[in-house]
Amino acid sequence: MSAREIMYRDALREALDHEMSVNPAVFIIGEGIAERGGSYKVTEGLLDKYGPQRVRDTPISEASMIGAGVGAAIAGARPITEILYIDFAMLGMDQIVNQAAKFRLMTGDRGSVPFVMRTQGGAGGAVAAQHSQSLEALFYHIPGLRVVMPSTPYDAKGLLTHSLRQDHPVMFLEHKHLYMTKGMVPENDYEIEFGQAEVMTEGEDVTIVAWSHMLLKAMEAAETLTAENVGVEVINLRTLSPLDTDTIMASVAKTNRVVIAQEAVRRGGVASDIASYIQEEEFYSLDAPIEIVAGLNIPIPFNLSLEKASVPQAQDIVAAAKRTLEHA
Amino acid sequence: MGGELMARKKNSIDTEVLKKIYRTVSRIRHFEEQGIKLYRQGLIKGYFHPYLGQEGIAAGVCAGLLPGDNIASTHRGHGHCIAHGAEVKGMVAELLGRRDGYCKGYGGSMHIADIQNGNLGANGIVGAGSPLGVGAALASQIIGDGKVTVTFSTDGGTNNGTFLESLNMAAIWNLPFVLVVENNQYAVSTPISEATRDTELYKRGEAIGVESHRVDGNDPIEVYEVTSRAIEKCRKGEGPIMIEAVTYRHAGHHVNDPGAYMPEDRLEYYKGIDPIIRGRKALKDMAGLSDTEIDAIDQEVYDEYEEALEFAKASGEVTAEEFHEFAMGY
Repeated sequence: MSAREIMYRDALREALDHEMSVNPAVFIIGEGIAERGGSYKVTEGLLDKYGPQRVRDTPISEASMIGAGVGAAIAGARPITEILYIDFAMLGMDQIVNQAAKFRLMTGDRGSVPFVMRTQGGAGGAVAAQHSQSLEALFYHIPGLRVVMPSTPYDAKGLLTHSLRQDHPVMFLEHKHLYMTKGMVPENDYEIEFGQAEVMTEGEDVTIVAWSHMLLKAMEAAETLTAENVGVEVINLRTLSPLDTDTIMASVAKTNRVVIAQEAVRRGGVASDIASYIQEEEFYSLDAPIEIVAGLNIPIPFNLSLEKASVPQAQDIVAAAKRTLEHA
Repeated sequence: MGGELMARKKNSIDTEVLKKIYRTVSRIRHFEEQGIKLYRQGLIKGYFHPYLGQEGIAAGVCAGLLPGDNIASTHRGHGHCIAHGAEVKGMVAELLGRRDGYCKGYGGSMHIADIQNGNLGANGIVGAGSPLGVGAALASQIIGDGKVTVTFSTDGGTNNGTFLESLNMAAIWNLPFVLVVENNQYAVSTPISEATRDTELYKRGEAIGVESHRVDGNDPIEVYEVTSRAIEKCRKGEGPIMIEAVTYRHAGHHVNDPGAYMPEDRLEYYKGIDPIIRGRKALKDMAGLSDTEIDAIDQEVYDEYEEALEFAKASGEVTAEEFHEFAMGY
């Protein structure tokens, strides 16, 4: 079957649609996801196709929507709970951290939680502090969770399909700026396994590591740098947990310089953790200090100009890459 | 509902069911009494929340469940685990942290689970079992496996937001879900009268359109009668149902809490209407059993425990190497 250009949100819908068609235990609950088709139209049409048993609107009860998903997964179903904004997932942290993530250990590996929480984060469009945050580091910190952050339509479909076929609790974190982006996606179903980063561009001079929407800014930065004859290797992580350190290390060993770019605030972030692995494993390969490009340590403000100022832009990545090149 | 030891009609409940209920009460009582001894000897570490005094609830509720039905339990979960079919030997081994325990020693008292029998686990977070149980019931409705899920919660758990959220979700979806609130009248040490204005908790279910009942939780037979009807209604798609079972702990919140805040006279009152006393009376009144015959049931329970303890003590521990391997893929 052939590939064609579709949007990120359509790619997500194709994954849901296919898994629902082949596995009657797959179902979706969330706010406004049934007749309304979700705020970002990801679940549009699924109610008509699969009916109100398997595509259900919920009351505004995030802790119990997540908990019900976890309980259903424990009991043998394949639930997806959609949470409108990652900020709202904070209401369900007990069910994520204390229940879903710990269940396998607490049961001596006899139980599993094949639960997928789909949600979206990130700044964009003046939706202000409580609808804009990038919170992946909170989930990254928790043993037992898989943290998935697709950047492209192709990744969105393959990673969501895989999420619905494996047995660990998945935090499937989308980005509000990505839903309308386009890319080539095969018509047939396919899986992208966790922990397999993709090298987007190959280059000899500097590595840029990114995920989610920041990958698009990294690609933009790479274009600028390439025009200035800098060889850039952009790595699309796809999943933060598990983390594909092999691909990162191989690239750093080659380029000897690395920029890690994240939209989330710097403090306690995933970029810092990746940097710690790099200095541990490739310290002697490095020709320059590791650069981290990250958001300011502050909630996202409403004013659009200030919103933009609070998260990194492509030129910040370009500048960071150039700083690494100043070292011999 | 009442504290009096009322006489019951003969043969209104099958003798085998009555014996099963009593055996469960006796099993739990003995498990907890012996467990406390093991704790005092230093063989059981960490936290241990005894179910002493509340045995009638788990025994009565689970007698109405079918094998494979799901339960979600509380931090005070040994009784639910026994009542829903777990073997005592795997439980003792778990409390001792041994590899032959239900959770290989990874879970312990507060997280004991018996997935195979449908016990989705005890829970260290008060109230957290409500959404989990609703989810299990939702899975049953969607998959169509015919199972009913019971979540055991507590009076303390009803003051957590997930109580209302999850019972409400079960209601709008008519889920096969029974919420059993064990009202032992204390949230750790805080008496219920200080935690809520109206202490008749079943009214909270009624307030959101859920059929709700209040039963004497110290009477395993009354618990069985009311919950077994509720479970069957849920199996027919007429759920959810909430049941408040009023009871009283025989001691403090956990083994190291002397429970000095529990008034002597109340404790004596509840010990006088204890589920062991009630269960024995039911076996005599309703099934015509003699004290000797009932003592024989107790003796079987004691023998079973002796074997279980030997089994548990002989079991090894998960090695550091095995644990590291597990951690690598976690």
